[in-house]
Amino acid sequence: MTDRLKPKHQRLVLVIIALVALIGAGLLAAWALRNQASYFYVPSDIAADPPEAGRAVRLGGMVEEGSLTTAADGVTVRFVVGDGEARVPVVFAGIVPDLFVEGSGVVAEGSMGADGTFLATNLLAKHDENYMPRELEDMNMAQARATVAETAE
Amino acid sequence: MIAELGLAALWLAAALSALQLLAAIAGVRAQGSAIAALVRPAAAVQALLCAIAFLALLYVFASTDLSVALVAANSHSDKPLIFKLAGAWGNHEGSMLLWVSVMALAGGLIAIVERRLPERTMLATLGAQSFVSLGFYAFLLFSSNPFERLDPAPLQGNGLNPLLQDIGLAFHPPTLYFGYVGLSVAFSFAVGALVTRQVTPEFARVMRPWVLGAWIFLTLGITAGSFWAYYELGWGGWWFWDPVENASLMPWLAATALLHSASVLAARDALRTWTIMLGVVAFSMSMIGTFLVRSGILTSVHAFAVDPERGSFILALLAIYIGGALVLFALRANTVAEGERFALLSREGALVVNNVALSSILGIVLLGTLYPLLTEAFDLRVSVGPPYFNPVGAMFFLPMLVVLAIGPLLRWRRDSFARVRWQVLAVLGLAGVVLLAVWLVTQIKLLPLLGIALAAAVALGSLLPLRGRDLGRLPLPVWGMVISHFGIAVALFGMAADSAFQEERLVAAGVGETVAVGPWQARVTAIVPTAGPNWTAMEAQMAFAYDGGAPRLAAPQARQFWSPPQETSEVALITRWNGQLYVAVGNEVENERWQLRLWWKPFVTFIWYGGVLIALGGVLALIGRVAGDLRRRAAVRLIEERRADEANAGFPLARDRA
Repeated sequence: MTDRLKPKHQRLVLVIIALVALIGAGLLAAWALRNQASYFYVPSDIAADPPEAGRAVRLGGMVEEGSLTTAADGVTVRFVVGDGEARVPVVFAGIVPDLFVEGSGVVAEGSMGADGTFLATNLLAKHDENYMPRELEDMNMAQARATVAETAE
Repeated sequence: MIAELGLAALWLAAALSALQLLAAIAGVRAQGSAIAALVRPAAAVQALLCAIAFLALLYVFASTDLSVALVAANSHSDKPLIFKLAGAWGNHEGSMLLWVSVMALAGGLIAIVERRLPERTMLATLGAQSFVSLGFYAFLLFSSNPFERLDPAPLQGNGLNPLLQDIGLAFHPPTLYFGYVGLSVAFSFAVGALVTRQVTPEFARVMRPWVLGAWIFLTLGITAGSFWAYYELGWGGWWFWDPVENASLMPWLAATALLHSASVLAARDALRTWTIMLGVVAFSMSMIGTFLVRSGILTSVHAFAVDPERGSFILALLAIYIGGALVLFALRANTVAEGERFALLSREGALVVNNVALSSILGIVLLGTLYPLLTEAFDLRVSVGPPYFNPVGAMFFLPMLVVLAIGPLLRWRRDSFARVRWQVLAVLGLAGVVLLAVWLVTQIKLLPLLGIALAAAVALGSLLPLRGRDLGRLPLPVWGMVISHFGIAVALFGMAADSAFQEERLVAAGVGETVAVGPWQARVTAIVPTAGPNWTAMEAQMAFAYDGGAPRLAAPQARQFWSPPQETSEVALITRWNGQLYVAVGNEVENERWQLRLWWKPFVTFIWYGGVLIALGGVLALIGRVAGDLRRRAAVRLIEERRADEANAGFPLARDRA
C-alpha cells in the first residue's frame, strides 16, 4: 500500500482487505448466530430435549386454567404453560401484558432454571388484532376457526 | 371529490414518470435529442402532482371523510386533529404515498437545481430516478390505493392504534422517510455515473449534499424513534435490536459509510467504484428496510397489514432495482478508471478502515435480521437479540472508534507517525486511564467499560482537530465533523453508562408507601382514575426525592383506550442532568396495591443528546457545502461576465493574458 505499488495493485489490496473483513464478519456472524440465537420451544420440545439451563430460549404455549398465582410481593407470577402433551412451570417477575389471562396463548422469553422451572424475563401476549407474536398466530388458528364457526352459525 | 383529485394527480404523476424515463433514455442514447428537454420539467411537475395527492390525503383525514376506505379503517372523528393528520401516514397506504411524494420531491429538486454535472450524466440520473419512482407508483396504484372509496360509508372509523396516538407519530415517520427516500437520489446518481462512466470528484461533490441531507434525517429519525419507543412502550429500553429498528439502522450505516467515501472521492479522487457501490447499497438497504417493515413478514406495530400480495410486490421491486443496479455495477465497474493512490497511514487510509468496519457491521446486522426469516423456511423458529448483536457488532464498532479518534488528525495522501505521535498517545493514554479508573472503582462488565473508555478517547480525539486552528475561520464542514464525532462520544457514553449503572425496582405499592431505587425515594400520594378525549386511565400520583432533596411530582398512568380497545403505559420521566428516573404503573394486585416499575438510568439522556449533536454536525456541514457551492457559482458567473465585458471592450481575454 505504498507509492511503489502500481495503481492496479493498490486497488487489489483494498479489495482484498475489504473482502477479508467482510468474510470475517460473515463467518463471525454465522458462528455467533448458531450459538446466540434464541430458539423457540413448545412444552413437548422441552420435555423431549430440554435446552441447557441459562441458555436464552423462548417458550410458547397456552396458559393452563387455574394455574396462575401471584406471590405475596404482588409482582411475581407463577403459571403453567402447556401444549396438550407436556407442561412447563413458569415464573415471571414484572408487569404482565394486558391480554395475558388463563387459557390464552403466551410466548415467554427467558431460560430454563436448574429445577425445571422456566425463568421468564419477558412475556409476549396477543396485544391486539394487528399486533401478535408470530408464534401465537398458528397457535390461535384453531381458536380463530372456532370463533369464525361460532359467528357463522 | 378531493379523493378522486388526489388519485388523478397520482396517475398523472405516474404517466409523467414513464415519459421522463423514455425521454431520458432517448437523451442518453442520442446526444442533443430534442425530447431530452422534457426530462427536467417532467420531474418538476411530478413533484407538484405528488404534493397535490398528499395534500388531498391530508384533507380527507382532517375532515374524517369515512367514504374513503383508508380513513374508515384508520381514523375516528373523536381523535384530536394532530393525530388525524399524522394518522394519514400511520398506515400502509398513506405511508407509501408519503414515500412516493418524498421521492418525487427529491427528483423534482435535483431536476431544478442541479446543473454542475455533464448533461448526459444528469439525464441518466433523472432516468434512473424515474425508473425507481415508476415501480413505487405501480405499487401504490395497483396494490395500495390510498384513495379507495367505501360504499356505503360506515358511521364511524376504526380509530388509530393507541401506541401511535402520540406526538412522535407526527415526526418520526416523515423524518425516516425523508432519509430513506433521500438515499434514492444517491442511488440514481450512482446509476447515472455508471451509465456514462463519469465517476469524478465533481460527481461526489454533487451527490454529497443529498447523502448528507438523507443522513441527517435518518439520524434524527432513528434518535426520535429510539426515544419514542423508550417512553411509549414502558419497557425502559431504548434499543431492542428489533428487526424494525435494524431496518432503519442499516441504511444509516450504509449512508454513513457513503458520506465518508464520498468525501475521499470529492477531496482526493480515490475510492471511485467503492463509492458507487455504497450508493447502490445504501438505497438497497432503504428498500430492504421497507420490505421488512411493510410486507407483513415481521409482526410489529409497524407492519400495518399482512397482505402476501404486497409483500411479493415489494420483493419483486427489490429484485429489479437491487439486482439491476448490481448487474450494471458488475458490467461497468471494471471500466471506471483507478483513482489516486494513498499511503496506509493517511486520512484516506483511516476512512477506508471506517468504511470496511461500517460495512462489516452492516453485514452483521443484516445477517442477524434475516436469519430468523431464513430458518423459518426450514421450520425452525428462532429469534436473534442482544446476545448476538451486542458482542459481534462491538468487535467491529469499538476498533472503528479508535480509528475515528485518530483519523481526523491525519493528513491526506500520506502522513508520518512521528508527526501525530503525541496526539495519538494522548488519545490512547486517556482511554487507558479511564478504563483503569472506572474498572477499579466500579468493576462493571467488559462492553460498557470499553464503551466508557472509548467515549472519553473519541471525545478528546474529536476535539483535537481544532487545536492550533483559528476557530473563527474554521470552515463549517470541519465544525460539522468535530460536532458529529463528539456526538458519537456523547451517545456512546450514555449507552455505556445506562447499561452499566442502571438500577431497577419492581414492587407492588399502595398509597403512602415509599419505594427506593438508586438515589431516589418515591412516595405514592394517591392513585386515582382519570380520563382523556379517547381514553380512561389509572393514575399514580407520586413524589420523588433525589438524595433527600426537595420532592418533585409526577404521575405515571396505565391508559385504557376504547377505539380500538387497548391498554398503554404512560410513563413518568424525571430528568436530571445526570440521568432519568423512569416510572411505569402496571396492574392492580389485591388490597389496593398497584404494581410499579422504577428505573434509575444514569446519563441515559446523553444517548439522545448525542444523536441530536450528530445530526447537528451534519446540518453544519450541509450548510457549509451548499454555501460553498453557491459562492462558487457566483464566482463563475462573475468571471464569465467580466470575460464578456472584456471581449466587448476589445481587451484580450483574461486566460490569453495568463
